[in-house]
Amino acid sequence: MITIPYLTALTTYFSYGLLFAFGQLRDFFRKFIDWWKASNLQGYAPICLGLEDFYIRRLYLRIQDCFGRPISSPPDAWFDVVERVSNDNNKTLQRTTKISRCLNLGSYNYLGFAAADEYCTPRVTETLKRYSASTCSTRVEGGTTALHIELENVVADFVGKPAAMVTGMGYVTNSAILPVLVRHGGLIISDSLNHNSIVNGARGSGATIRVFQHNTPSHLEKVLRENIADGQPRTHRPWKKIIVVIEGIYSMEGELCKLPEIVSICKKYKAYVYLDEAHSIGAVGKTGKGVCELLGVDTDDVDIMMGTFTKSFGSCGGYIAGSKELIQYLKYTCPAHLYATSISPPAAQQIISAIKVILGEDGSSRGAQKLAQIRENSNYFRSELQKMGFEVLGDNDSPVMPIMLYNPAKIPAFSRECLKRNVAVVTVAFPATPLLLARARICISAAHTREDMVKALEVISRVGDLVGIKYFPAEPKKTQLQEATKKLD
Amino acid sequence: MLVRSEILINISTFEMELSNNIATAIMNSMKNASDWMTFAYDAPFARAVVFGVPIGGHLFVEGLLLVVILFLLSQKSYKPPKRPLTNKEIDELCDEWVPESLIPSITKEMEKEAPILDSAAGPHTVIDGKEVVNFASANYLGLMGDDKLLESCTSALEKYGVGSCGPRGFYGTIDVHLDCEARIARFLGTPDSILYSYGLSTMFSAIPAFCKKGDVVIVDEGVHWGIQNGLYLSRSTIIYFKHNNMESLQTTLEKVTLDNKRAKKLRRYIVVESVYQNSGQIAPLDEIIRLKEKYRFRVLLDESNSFGVLGGSGRGLTEHYKVPIDKVDIITAAMGHALASEGGFCTGSNRVIDHQRLSSSGYVFSASLPPYLASAAITAIDVIEANPSLLTKLRDNIRTLFVKLSEIQGLKLASDVLSPIVFLVLKKSTGSMKSDLQLLEDVADRVLKEHSIFVVPSRRSTLDKCKLPVGIRLFVSAAHTESDLQKAYEALKSVTDSVFTGQN
Repeated sequence: MITIPYLTALTTYFSYGLLFAFGQLRDFFRKFIDWWKASNLQGYAPICLGLEDFYIRRLYLRIQDCFGRPISSPPDAWFDVVERVSNDNNKTLQRTTKISRCLNLGSYNYLGFAAADEYCTPRVTETLKRYSASTCSTRVEGGTTALHIELENVVADFVGKPAAMVTGMGYVTNSAILPVLVRHGGLIISDSLNHNSIVNGARGSGATIRVFQHNTPSHLEKVLRENIADGQPRTHRPWKKIIVVIEGIYSMEGELCKLPEIVSICKKYKAYVYLDEAHSIGAVGKTGKGVCELLGVDTDDVDIMMGTFTKSFGSCGGYIAGSKELIQYLKYTCPAHLYATSISPPAAQQIISAIKVILGEDGSSRGAQKLAQIRENSNYFRSELQKMGFEVLGDNDSPVMPIMLYNPAKIPAFSRECLKRNVAVVTVAFPATPLLLARARICISAAHTREDMVKALEVISRVGDLVGIKYFPAEPKKTQLQEATKKLD
Repeated sequence: MLVRSEILINISTFEMELSNNIATAIMNSMKNASDWMTFAYDAPFARAVVFGVPIGGHLFVEGLLLVVILFLLSQKSYKPPKRPLTNKEIDELCDEWVPESLIPSITKEMEKEAPILDSAAGPHTVIDGKEVVNFASANYLGLMGDDKLLESCTSALEKYGVGSCGPRGFYGTIDVHLDCEARIARFLGTPDSILYSYGLSTMFSAIPAFCKKGDVVIVDEGVHWGIQNGLYLSRSTIIYFKHNNMESLQTTLEKVTLDNKRAKKLRRYIVVESVYQNSGQIAPLDEIIRLKEKYRFRVLLDESNSFGVLGGSGRGLTEHYKVPIDKVDIITAAMGHALASEGGFCTGSNRVIDHQRLSSSGYVFSASLPPYLASAAITAIDVIEANPSLLTKLRDNIRTLFVKLSEIQGLKLASDVLSPIVFLVLKKSTGSMKSDLQLLEDVADRVLKEHSIFVVPSRRSTLDKCKLPVGIRLFVSAAHTESDLQKAYEALKSVTDSVFTGQN
């Protein structure tokens, strides 16, 4: 849990209050001016009612240039950010032809497969020539090629389950699988900080939804006991089934989930476990097999494992892994399998080649090197940031590092100052995080070298001093010197 | 005689005396009581003057009454005492509860696997080592395997790699995405457009961004699952009208307008597909626009199967019916059909598109489209603009097949003559969807095995609410030759003759 110092909380509330007041003032004047001009709606209701897009118009547009920055090169460790100018005070942004080469601390490129790779790209090009860019049909019609079957087998082996099913997009996997597994009369218990795709899937299913406190197994147990004893709301009939949905690494906190405790609680109360490994598959664990390997949980205990290929494998798509019967049933009923175009063949080949590299089946040790590199990089970066006095969240070994900013004015300040010094970072605010807890999120990749990280640390430290986000006292440099002298002795 | 009358007189006088006595007794007692009451009223202390206000003795009685009333009111009403479950009871309930299994048991039809292709899903493909004619891929203009597309994809792959590694807001916007959006907007003549990374998620992310709780949406009953899911997530009031039936649409619009006369802030939408995936019918857009303007509704149109197919230059249903494109408020389409790419897009006015960039969940919370697919889409649009002859070839192919297939036994054509999806349904249904599907699958299997023509029956998910009949779908492509169409006709004729003998 994050505890904010009182002064910071006060100033943050004050800032938001000021922004809100100014926004309302501007809206008031806008109403006046619009009242004079004739409205061109002609009897239709406006497509966005007043307060719905207040946040967008009055707060987000001011800092719009910090989001959605276009790039003109692959999202590798160093990339080209296209500069944009605005002629009307940030309402619209136009691209210029100038580019600046920046260090990439924002893309999900955990194992460095983002750019053209020496093993993967020739194979992908060959697949493109053989199977063309898309199959133009669904999996149950003409969209299942030999490549798709191979992909599903490879993924199932990698994850450690008997069978797997692959879809073309990770978001749709969650939204289309949860309604098939649980219908009205079932219960879904999900972590309070779960991703939007899980929330959408749970809502679309029609089941009752309950939330337990983030990563707190004791609260999960309490919620389970209460709900099993009470039964369905109003009728008190017993529940048909209960599914607990958790994620491997939470993308806004960088924390690992407490998988062993949660699995043992679910076994005791006979609930099914659904694990979403979008950020952790391929990035953690000794051989890259995800949180189950890292935390020592047997994959048979987790009923349904889901993940995406966008982050660690440099491709697109999502998968579901489980027992053979589960996958057969899902292939028969899941809308993502029956109605949606199958995954593009070159993307499928990229996944297969990436998995082969990770497992070392391509004949080199690049996979093991990458895995060791990312672990080393994340631990080094996190400890250095903490030494400098920043408030960094997340567990050891996790490649996602949020740095707390809190104040809304610091968000654009941090982002723009870093960009001026050629470091590209990602800042996140409301509504992806709670109102007071804005942060800058750093994603470390195996493609970052030691020099890259040292440069990044220098820039972040200088900008942090400028902006004022070193909330903790830094470790004094003297002790570091003393340690160095001790080592020499 | 005289003695009796004397006795009677004596008795009556006695009675009168008695009654007089009783009356006087009652009168006396009442007089006594009133004396007491006047005494009580006139008692000296009852006439006290407190603070200059004369108080009478009756006030005491009233005061006592008030105290009694207050006492009764302050008593809590009787509720049976609450007894929360003890830990031991909760433990027992948890032990007793038995969940359903995660999935129902596997039946025979669930084990059926789709045929596996060994080459690209073009007009001719290879299944199980045999070359077959492929009518199951929605490759309407034959752009799959086109040289220009492959070239642009290869150069994009070498430049950008495969994935884009991030959502659009966090360095996932590559310049090809912006170029693709601009190209689509220029091709269709709209101000702006927005790219989604998957065809299915386009509609079910766009709808909840505009339709909120309390809005009214009127939908055709034959729309596909993506639209149904989007409407369910939006929590608006949904009203279905009969499939492609304009009178039904008009009566529904009338009813809704009458019911909601006063609601000025209510947003009202009509959602239709241009070419329905579940039946192959084409929506009459000019009628719909006329109704929309009369009743003040907004129109959402899904052009997945008509983009690049209908209209003189492939611009879709609006060009086909000669309706100016700005009359349709929101147009979405999946690019996995005529454009031989993947993903989807949405176009409309600037306000509509800008709103989606922040509130459409499938755009904000999901990784962006791989760049090579975006550059494939740009090249595909360039090819369509340069070669309008592809469209005429496709139209000729559809018409040829349509004419030939109208004389088959047991199956009848349910689709429009211009639709690229040729949809055959059973003339006489067997009664349940499952057995219909079984019959159609048999027909499709035999056509594949015996005659090497690949066709598929349309399958429905258990979540789908659409009630239209299932059938066999043939996706016609501009790359099919005359001989392909002839072979398809002969194959279907011979199989349906043998399966449907005796029926007509």
